[in-house]
Amino acid sequence: MCRHTIAAETGTWGLGMSAAPAPLSTPVRPPDPVLTEFAEVVGETGLVAVQGRRTRWDLGGTLDPSARIINAPSGVVSYQPEEMTVRVRAGTPVAELDAALHADGQRCALPDRDGTVGGAVAVGENHLELLGRGALRSSVLEVRYISAEGRVIVGGGPTVKNVTGFDLPRLLTGSLGTLGLIGEVILRTNPLPACSRWVCASAVDPFLTHDTLTRCGAVLWDGANTWVLLEGHAAEVDELLRRISRLGRFDEVDGAPSLPPNRWSLEPAVLRTLTTADGPHVTGRFVASVGTGVVLAERPQPQRAQDPAVQLVSARIKSEFDPTGRLNPGRNPVDR
Amino acid sequence: MTSTTRFRRSHGTLSGPLSGRFSGRFSGVAARRSQPSGQGADTLVSDLQAALSPDRVRTDTAQRRLLSRDASVFEGGNAGPVCFPATTAEVQAVMRITAMHGRAVVARGAGTGLAGGAIPLQGSKSGAPVVLSLTHMNRIISVDTDNRVAWVEPGVVNLDLTKHLRAYGFHFAPDPSSQQVCTIGGNVANNSGGPHCLAYGVTNAHIVAIDAVLPDGSLAHLGGLEAEPAGLDLRGVFVGSEGTMGVATRIAVRITPNPEAVRTLLLSFARVTDAANTVSAVIAAGIVPAAMEVMDQRMTQAVENYVHAGYPTDAAAVLLAEVDGLAAGVDIDAAAIARIGQEQGATAVRLAADDTERALLWKGRKTAFGAIAQIAPDYYLHDTVVPRAKLAEVLEKTYEIADRYGVIILNVLHAGDGNLHPLIVFDAREPGMLDRVHAAGAEIINASLAAGGVLSGEHGIGVEKQGYMDRMFTNDDLDHQNRLRRSFDPTCRSNPGKILPGTHSCADIQSLPKPAPGVWG
Repeated sequence: MCRHTIAAETGTWGLGMSAAPAPLSTPVRPPDPVLTEFAEVVGETGLVAVQGRRTRWDLGGTLDPSARIINAPSGVVSYQPEEMTVRVRAGTPVAELDAALHADGQRCALPDRDGTVGGAVAVGENHLELLGRGALRSSVLEVRYISAEGRVIVGGGPTVKNVTGFDLPRLLTGSLGTLGLIGEVILRTNPLPACSRWVCASAVDPFLTHDTLTRCGAVLWDGANTWVLLEGHAAEVDELLRRISRLGRFDEVDGAPSLPPNRWSLEPAVLRTLTTADGPHVTGRFVASVGTGVVLAERPQPQRAQDPAVQLVSARIKSEFDPTGRLNPGRNPVDR
Repeated sequence: MTSTTRFRRSHGTLSGPLSGRFSGRFSGVAARRSQPSGQGADTLVSDLQAALSPDRVRTDTAQRRLLSRDASVFEGGNAGPVCFPATTAEVQAVMRITAMHGRAVVARGAGTGLAGGAIPLQGSKSGAPVVLSLTHMNRIISVDTDNRVAWVEPGVVNLDLTKHLRAYGFHFAPDPSSQQVCTIGGNVANNSGGPHCLAYGVTNAHIVAIDAVLPDGSLAHLGGLEAEPAGLDLRGVFVGSEGTMGVATRIAVRITPNPEAVRTLLLSFARVTDAANTVSAVIAAGIVPAAMEVMDQRMTQAVENYVHAGYPTDAAAVLLAEVDGLAAGVDIDAAAIARIGQEQGATAVRLAADDTERALLWKGRKTAFGAIAQIAPDYYLHDTVVPRAKLAEVLEKTYEIADRYGVIILNVLHAGDGNLHPLIVFDAREPGMLDRVHAAGAEIINASLAAGGVLSGEHGIGVEKQGYMDRMFTNDDLDHQNRLRRSFDPTCRSNPGKILPGTHSCADIQSLPKPAPGVWG
């Protein structure tokens, strides 16, 4: 590669390597009959939408009623706990995936709202236990989707670390199926903590509680009570409980509180003003995820303004990936 | 510093066959002559100088020659005028002026990239790209502990940020080996990694928001401090795009609390495969350490001669494992790793007694690339990832490849996430050596792909691995990557000629399809 082909002489950009690899004699990957069949179902023309279990069906706008509704393939394809990865079809219920992972002492970042893997990835919302599980977007290592032209496209790669090429998994995550219909993903998994305990206290400062914890699964606050998911080795959980108990009395509880239906996305620091007059107008009951900025509330979050340049690039991406607007018509991720 | 110097030493040696081929193009006259059209071409430099200041638009041969290369082995870049903007508005001005003149722009930080991503490439019909050096934009703007972010300019050096955050009890988690000199802007462009990304994730997981100047000069606010920004994740796709989507001018990075307790273990093995198998066994046991690094014997010997950290020079491989968190937890995990290592055949297990010993062990690992000058004057550092379970197999393969091509390969790897860094050391003055180095490197890449791996874990594609992209992706896959790229840069002016192979990149500029009526407005 030290003897380069020179851009101006070849008529293209680049420093093409003289020792360029020989052409492949075999295809990059063998065709997957299941995804090939899914691609045929998607087809090349006509409005089409994929459904999971419709748990977030109304998100991002109303689906064009003339769209053909199809289902993505289902099932865990392969699970390698020692690699911390799982390959799973989009139509697989998250609960089914969770059961497979738990059996080997692992978990993933997808929220389980009785929906499917593909639905959770397409929506892109994090698990309520984001602090312990990590961000959903960072956990999608590879995505296999069907393009508007009915082709199987692969983005990302199977390993836990990868910077090869442009990041199509992050683009597809949270795109509400408007750029491609997800057929399969590879997700990063993580070990289940040895010990997990939900505890709750009233009249403690939830932000001080969060700052006191060097690790935890979640800190939730409804304006009066603070719930904490403590995670780690039993000795760590005991130590963390000792520390936050200096702030107030925490009692063991079964789990998180019931959650209001609407999701707000705020800056983490703004949560401090939720109960003040100058804070965001989250009227009624709320449960805030301290340290993340997610708030579940009785009423929906008002439409968020979007940067004009971001809007322009997003519209170009839509045009590039789905020029006729046939994929999940009527939906727009801005309206999440 | 040392590793950068070594790379430049390699540059000089490796550039032999091309030396002088571009000398004529470094002159301003030649650059102007190569304009695609005469319209406005003569005023490019004066327009840039008017927008910045004459002293911050350099056209001298020395500056252009310097910024025609980066820390990779690649030569042949051709820098046009070199601009040193100090503000976002100045970056916007450069983008607009270059758009008017039809010139490409290549932004760069410290130039420590190893895949040639910062090398300015000249297309067949366009003039030498304007180089945008962001080293003057190096302010840490604010630290916001309530939101756990810091706003920085792209030229801030990675380690300087972590040092600055120390007073707040935080750090910036990505820690590439070049962190003493590499910049946050470069980390964003390359989605950089580092030893401690095993538990904490690579750069993309630590970037919250980006103010990016797009190739048309507009300013886009990507992402945001809120939990789940609406719309497509343009922030997420911008990170790692190697400067092909625009220029980051303000970056909100996630800051991570410093761990209370850290335990660092050094395990010695009589066989490299035992070290690799220990890594897999630790993960399989449900432990995700902060870092797990492996060095083979040649590497360990070079490092020990260099830093005198007490590395065992008789071991076939060493595993440096680190766990952090609460004292109660790290002691449990450290004991488990030691036990697993012994079960896998560790000949010795050493726990760093204090911070001084720990720092010395890490100094050895992080200066590994500087240490190899003792073995040979030149080196080529590869970067691939394989499934952890295949580590031992692929490592063995690298030694077999080295024997076959008569080159020396040292292995140092972020073993925890399967990220191999085979280091081919050689003397380029030996006849035929370069060909053998390249052939051996190609086989390493192919062996990694055959094992179910990927082309790059943290160095990126740049120009180095463009030719291999079609081994991992189909034409349809690459076409979709290009659709994403050109949505940001329809005229292909932002660092053109990188990542995608020729048939999918700027050689293939097409007009954008018009959206159908009613599709997203």
